[in-house]
Amino acid sequence: MRALSFLPRPPVAGGLMPFNVLLLIGGIMLAAAPHLQRLPLWISALTAIALLWRAWATLKGEALPRRWLLLPFTLLTILGVYLSYRTLFGREAGVALLVVLLGLKMLEAQKSRDVASAVLMSYFLALTSFFYSQSTLTALLMGVTIFALTAALVGAAARQRPIPEQLRTAGLLLLQGIPLMVILFFLFPRVQGPLWGMPADAFSGKTGLTETMTPGMISSLSQSEDIVMRVKFVDDGPPRRDLYWRGPVLRQFDGRTWTAGPDYAPDQQYVLEASGTPLSYEVTLEPHHRQWLFMLDLPVAIPEDAVATVDYRVLARAPVHQRKRFVGRSALNYSARGGASAKDLSLALELPPDFNPRTRALGESFARKKLADREILALAIQHFQRGQYVYTLQPPLAGEHGVDEFLFDTRRGFCEHFSSAFAVLLRAAGVPTRIVTGYQGGEINPVDQYLTVRQSDAHAWVEVWLKDIGWTRVDPTAAAVPSRAEAGLAAAISADETLPLLMQPDMAWLRALRMNVEAWNNYWNQWVIGYNVDRQRDLLHRLGMPAPSWQNIAMTLFWALGLIVLILWLWLLRRVAHADPAQVLWQHFCAKLKRSVRRRSHEGPLDYSRRAARLLPQKADEIEEIAALYMTIRYGRETEAEKLAQLRLLVRRFSL
Amino acid sequence: MNAPAWFQRVALLEWLPFGRSRSKPVAGPIYLGHRRVYILPTRRGLAFACALLFMLIASINYSLSLGYMLTFLLAGMAVVAMLHTYRNLVNLQISAGRAESVFAGESAPFHLHFANPGHYPRVAIELDCAAYQAYCDVPLHGSASVVLRVKAMRRGWLALPRIRLSTSYPLGLLRAWAFAHLDMRALIYPQPDRAQLSEMRSTAQSGTLRDGGSGTEDFYGLRPYQPGDSLRHIAWKSVAHNDLLLTKMFTAQAAAELVFDFERFPSAMDIEARLSRLTRWILLAEEANLRYGLQVPGTRLPPGNGEAHKHACLQVLALLGLPQSASGS
Repeated sequence: MRALSFLPRPPVAGGLMPFNVLLLIGGIMLAAAPHLQRLPLWISALTAIALLWRAWATLKGEALPRRWLLLPFTLLTILGVYLSYRTLFGREAGVALLVVLLGLKMLEAQKSRDVASAVLMSYFLALTSFFYSQSTLTALLMGVTIFALTAALVGAAARQRPIPEQLRTAGLLLLQGIPLMVILFFLFPRVQGPLWGMPADAFSGKTGLTETMTPGMISSLSQSEDIVMRVKFVDDGPPRRDLYWRGPVLRQFDGRTWTAGPDYAPDQQYVLEASGTPLSYEVTLEPHHRQWLFMLDLPVAIPEDAVATVDYRVLARAPVHQRKRFVGRSALNYSARGGASAKDLSLALELPPDFNPRTRALGESFARKKLADREILALAIQHFQRGQYVYTLQPPLAGEHGVDEFLFDTRRGFCEHFSSAFAVLLRAAGVPTRIVTGYQGGEINPVDQYLTVRQSDAHAWVEVWLKDIGWTRVDPTAAAVPSRAEAGLAAAISADETLPLLMQPDMAWLRALRMNVEAWNNYWNQWVIGYNVDRQRDLLHRLGMPAPSWQNIAMTLFWALGLIVLILWLWLLRRVAHADPAQVLWQHFCAKLKRSVRRRSHEGPLDYSRRAARLLPQKADEIEEIAALYMTIRYGRETEAEKLAQLRLLVRRFSL
Repeated sequence: MNAPAWFQRVALLEWLPFGRSRSKPVAGPIYLGHRRVYILPTRRGLAFACALLFMLIASINYSLSLGYMLTFLLAGMAVVAMLHTYRNLVNLQISAGRAESVFAGESAPFHLHFANPGHYPRVAIELDCAAYQAYCDVPLHGSASVVLRVKAMRRGWLALPRIRLSTSYPLGLLRAWAFAHLDMRALIYPQPDRAQLSEMRSTAQSGTLRDGGSGTEDFYGLRPYQPGDSLRHIAWKSVAHNDLLLTKMFTAQAAAELVFDFERFPSAMDIEARLSRLTRWILLAEEANLRYGLQVPGTRLPPGNGEAHKHACLQVLALLGLPQSASGS
């Protein structure tokens, strides 16, 4: 600033109220705060300097930089944003531009008009923070932001208001706007976005299942408490051991990694014979940016916008980039014969020749017994049950023959070791086998009765082809360690291992707290964040509109808004009765007297009563008594009930 | 008043220039009922609507539920602000107060009184009257006074033009307005002239007065200051008022009365110049505490003294030659 001192001094930032400027600066800072971590450092720094400079100039009554100096500087800044992002129109570049221009705008804001336009820009900036997070916390932060900005807008509309009044007005306007917001939020006809293409970089990698399985992959997921999905069963849910949420199916093994393998022949059908009553449930799936929808083994009804594959996976037509809600039905008793062409079955027997010789030898020894597939399966399960295998989150690192090492040496592993070893063993014994990954179990949140499935519930199991009943699910982990499927990860692993903090049994109170927080988040997600076209249709259905057209919705919206506005209107313009009963009586008296003596607008009670008494000598006593009594009550130190009653009596009796 | 009643109420007519002369001034208090108050968005309000539209499009495109929520909250707030802006003006009562007399060329203060019967305060009420503005707040169940200063261009009665009362409080997004045409007039006196006062003595003498030199016993008049005059005799009061350095003149024989005569000016002087000169003399004479009278065509005011007499003289001068229809009580 010293460098600028040779310039003629520009006008001091005087036209605006200092408090208002500070309020606006605070609002801009709050609106920009969530973007700090993503913005280039120079933009954050430049904006902070500009805002703090303005705050300092406002507090000290100092001058602002001259406008002609700001213009080239602004152009330079825009160029800088362009060089940083190579565009000015993307989402990221747009936010950066908005932030830095707001900062510079505050260096030249002189009039209430400038404040108003800065507030409008900041409202938009507040919205952009929802691109990245729509959590309750972000919503609260933006609520405070909107309040500060609105208060600044109020300050720009009135020249001088006491600060508490200004804040109160802003708060009042926002509070009274909430009913309208609620109506608009639920009834405004929703359109499924996007209106135009999303930027390609909108989604970054997240933890979760992938289309391959290598040792250590699922156990690394077990440390993640992230929620995969929430499930609400229409009736009572099945027991925990039956909750197998089906994900990718893996058929090809290269000695270390399981992959999906070649596509199925296109002419195959989804074949499923189900018995028993299917289970209905509603899933709210967190975005995982892949196509599969996790449904219970095995789905009998799938969502409209999804397809089912012959290996019983359910795939959304587009990757799930937003929280997705769908309704599914599954049968727990089934006979699955899809994906079992000769080619598929031979693929389900393939093993890489140079790996795991000991396991292959064991499998071949099973095969030499000339047993039925079912008996071989029983032998394999028996092997797992008797082998004293340990279920652990920290399996030893696998060498070249990982399955051999697990099965015969270390005997310590996580579900991917169990399932991989089981599949290799059965394939070597000549039984077609494939691996299914997904999630097993889940936890009922007692607060809202939703079943919560987390990344730590990730699991891998095996499906075995048996000629008479088709693909049969076998969970080798459950065979070796039954508590895994019965009670979950925490119960299954040995006590000395470190569980994720919140899974530790002595953290009960923390878990209870988390249950509550998560139940709240679930409501938030279900009804606020996840409110979309489907949910709206659902709500309108419940409100008695089975097939609402947009005209129906618009009319409902119109009448609901009109009703709220009418109520607000009546309330805002309500007439308030006179607080002082004595004054009401006096006015009644004046009205009676009016026919003879009209009170002049400048006359007080004393002047009026004297004049009236002079003009109406026969009533002089009464008039003077009433006036004296009224003045005693109204201007005296204390009001007595008897006097008021007396005045009422006198006024009632008075007549001309 | 030829147009049908419904046509009169069309807001457009009220604020288009040709609609202005239609309303007739009202003497009594004007109550701004619902029929008198109009409301439309301001430019700021339109910008706000554009911003909301952008926010809605962004919310749809990115499926931002909280974006919808924010957009709808602001939209709801704007609707509420409309109610607040409207109620900020409606049910307000405006009544005429004093209208002070001033000299032509000055601004005439019109006192207006607002009464607020509402249970809420009125904030930032703006008054526009021709090119003149004022601004006021009215407390709840209370009253407030505001002075509207209208520049008086010529002598005579100055009627208060129609006032436009408006407010855009609380958000500045909408403006509610109403018109109030109060029957208020201020009497505008002629502008006192600023010429050198060399002629005063000769024309102001009423016969009995004669030039008594520069004695010190009795004051009889003023003349422009000349170097050498005693500082004690300078009329400081008039210096303060008129920026003219005048010397008080005294004479033992000076007559106590002056009569200012409209006819005794050089015939080349026009009426307005004469009135200006007479006004000036009256002010000076009053200031000097002399007894003075006024003689104009059709009216004669006997010599007198004091504020009331001064205003009586000035009123005669203000209205001289103007059509009587414009005057009244």
